[in-house]
Amino acid sequence: MFYRQAGDFKTTYRGDIQTFPLRQDRIAYYLMLAFAFLVVPFVINDYWASAVLIPFLILAIASLGLNILTGYCGLVSLGTGGFMAVGAYACYKLMTAFPDLNMMIVVLLAGFITAAVGLLFGIPSLRIKGFYLAVATLAAQFFLVWLFNKVPWFYNYSASGQINAPERTMLGFEVTGANAEPAVSYLFCLTILTVLALIARNLTRGRIGRSWMAIRDMDIAAEIIGVNPLKTKLSAFAVSSFYIGVAGALFFSVYLGAVEVGEVFGINQSFLILFMIIIGGLGSIFGSFAGAAFMVLMPVLLKNIMVGGLGWPTDIAAHIEFMVVGGLIVIFLIVEPHGLAQLWRVAKEKLLLWPFPH
Amino acid sequence: MSPQFLYTIEVMLNGLMAGVMYSLVALGFVLIFKASGIFNYAQGVMALFAAMTLVGIQNGQVPFAHLVNAVFGTNIHGFGWNLPALFAIILTLGVMILFAILVERLILKHLVNQEPIILFMATIGLAFFMEGFGDLMWGSDIKVLDVGIPSGGSLWLEDKTIGWAAEGSNYYGMYIDKLDIVATLVALLLVITLTLFSQYTKTGRALRAVADDHQAALSVGISLRRIWVIVWAISGFVALVAGIMWGAKSGVQFSLSLIALKALPVLILGGFTSIPGAIIGGLIIGVGEKLFEFTIGPLIGGATENWFAYVLALLFLVFRPQGLFGEKIIERV
Repeated sequence: MFYRQAGDFKTTYRGDIQTFPLRQDRIAYYLMLAFAFLVVPFVINDYWASAVLIPFLILAIASLGLNILTGYCGLVSLGTGGFMAVGAYACYKLMTAFPDLNMMIVVLLAGFITAAVGLLFGIPSLRIKGFYLAVATLAAQFFLVWLFNKVPWFYNYSASGQINAPERTMLGFEVTGANAEPAVSYLFCLTILTVLALIARNLTRGRIGRSWMAIRDMDIAAEIIGVNPLKTKLSAFAVSSFYIGVAGALFFSVYLGAVEVGEVFGINQSFLILFMIIIGGLGSIFGSFAGAAFMVLMPVLLKNIMVGGLGWPTDIAAHIEFMVVGGLIVIFLIVEPHGLAQLWRVAKEKLLLWPFPH
Repeated sequence: MSPQFLYTIEVMLNGLMAGVMYSLVALGFVLIFKASGIFNYAQGVMALFAAMTLVGIQNGQVPFAHLVNAVFGTNIHGFGWNLPALFAIILTLGVMILFAILVERLILKHLVNQEPIILFMATIGLAFFMEGFGDLMWGSDIKVLDVGIPSGGSLWLEDKTIGWAAEGSNYYGMYIDKLDIVATLVALLLVITLTLFSQYTKTGRALRAVADDHQAALSVGISLRRIWVIVWAISGFVALVAGIMWGAKSGVQFSLSLIALKALPVLILGGFTSIPGAIIGGLIIGVGEKLFEFTIGPLIGGATENWFAYVLALLFLVFRPQGLFGEKIIERV
């Protein structure tokens, strides 16, 4: 009753194929966009920006990327951290080599560079699948992190081996560096996320997304009906790496400002993003957002309860956080393998019918 | 013989020993994979957990001591005893069997017939859980594991080999850790025992039947659930052995669980379904990474051991996806 599909007539072909065909979905979407763009920037403060909102926005981009590869195309990757590192270092090199370049262009270029690297590491996916591929992507993870640690050219021969984001402006406002306003960084990330999410949504609805899903569901059958596995798998790797690269670039330049590659982009980062899409829902755009929000909010919440509320030492809180994350993964896989996105679908179904039984 | 040549031999020998250690972890993977088709990512954490439990029991630590202390403000530290190593090992084995039963009851039972990749991700979740649980139970500080295995360089071997080099050259004999030699013997013993067990006992036959075909095994009256518990218990035992060896070598600490990741390329080389494959894959990786570090490492900045195994596995996958000894992957529609 509260969520209606009936009575929403389309009179044009355009109306029928628009991104959100239902009027209620559309209204909710516009309201959320308006809230995110027009309200949040005025109430945001440093704590919320750095602890919750900015990591959420950036990791949502990364989990969108991984969801395209794993959720839509069925290729499991454990190399997300490594690809994020590629984005971060590409961003750093571009920022220092071309100081006048617009930050938006830098981030996009970093994404394209990561896409190229992703293509390279995607080649084995043509011969292997399942966890064989997962192990192959581990090679990318460890090799890339080692590379950025050992080749001084990547960190401009700095003594510490770290990379530090120089201050860069966008439309006259500082986006990166220590003096950036939280609202500006937030809006910068939000804009990129909004555009990328819209693109992802439409990619997955279109021909290319359907060929990804065909490969995921049964690659041999897909090949027989004329889906080219080479093009499909490599395009999934390229698009996914582009998203992950953009996320890595933002994570380094806007969020952290300084990065030690082994710590920030290690194997645990890969797992974190994999967990986001499992909990959020494999093969769902909404799920990428829900999973990212969940995995960003939960540690903050747990920490606030256990350390702030009960006064336990932080190391115990960290152990319990590990247990909760691991336990939740198992529970989700058993109880709801389609994740939070499926819960949302069920809720919508309920809203559709309630209070009538049928 | 020239010292350079002898050094190379020493590096190779050390590589072989390191390879044995990888094989120990890989063995546990193969056992579970053969019996249930599950790729158990948690194997490394199981080794860590087993080693932690062993140290904890041996030193009389109270489980969850610092959680209890934090919640109730008490100040418990230990029971104040020191158990003999063998007794502690048996108790730890009991814990690992209990763990196997719990895993079957709480996780595997509910995930029957899921895709392998879902099961794989479930074991990643399990690994995270165990990591937190182990730290919460026994504390996250680095512990010293001592069950009486000899360690340190073998002086006898050094004395023997010092005369091999040419007269007047700077060569002081080969350095080989006694612990590594023990580990090699233990691994050998373990493989022989496991092979005999799976060939000549009733349970072993049942294990192989399940590995061949789940449904056929069910139809002749083999209980899958019992087999899974047994298999997880055995790989818990293998994890305990691996945990003791690694723990005695480098202390019981978090990095132990990363060894599990090293076992993945070992498996790819050896094939997921072959016990001898796990051993030989481990040896190839061990020797390969040590030699690569020794010869090419200095030219490109060192620390190549971090990734060499994975890249080798990656190259290998492109040409022979089923590994050296694995069964050929046949796709049927």
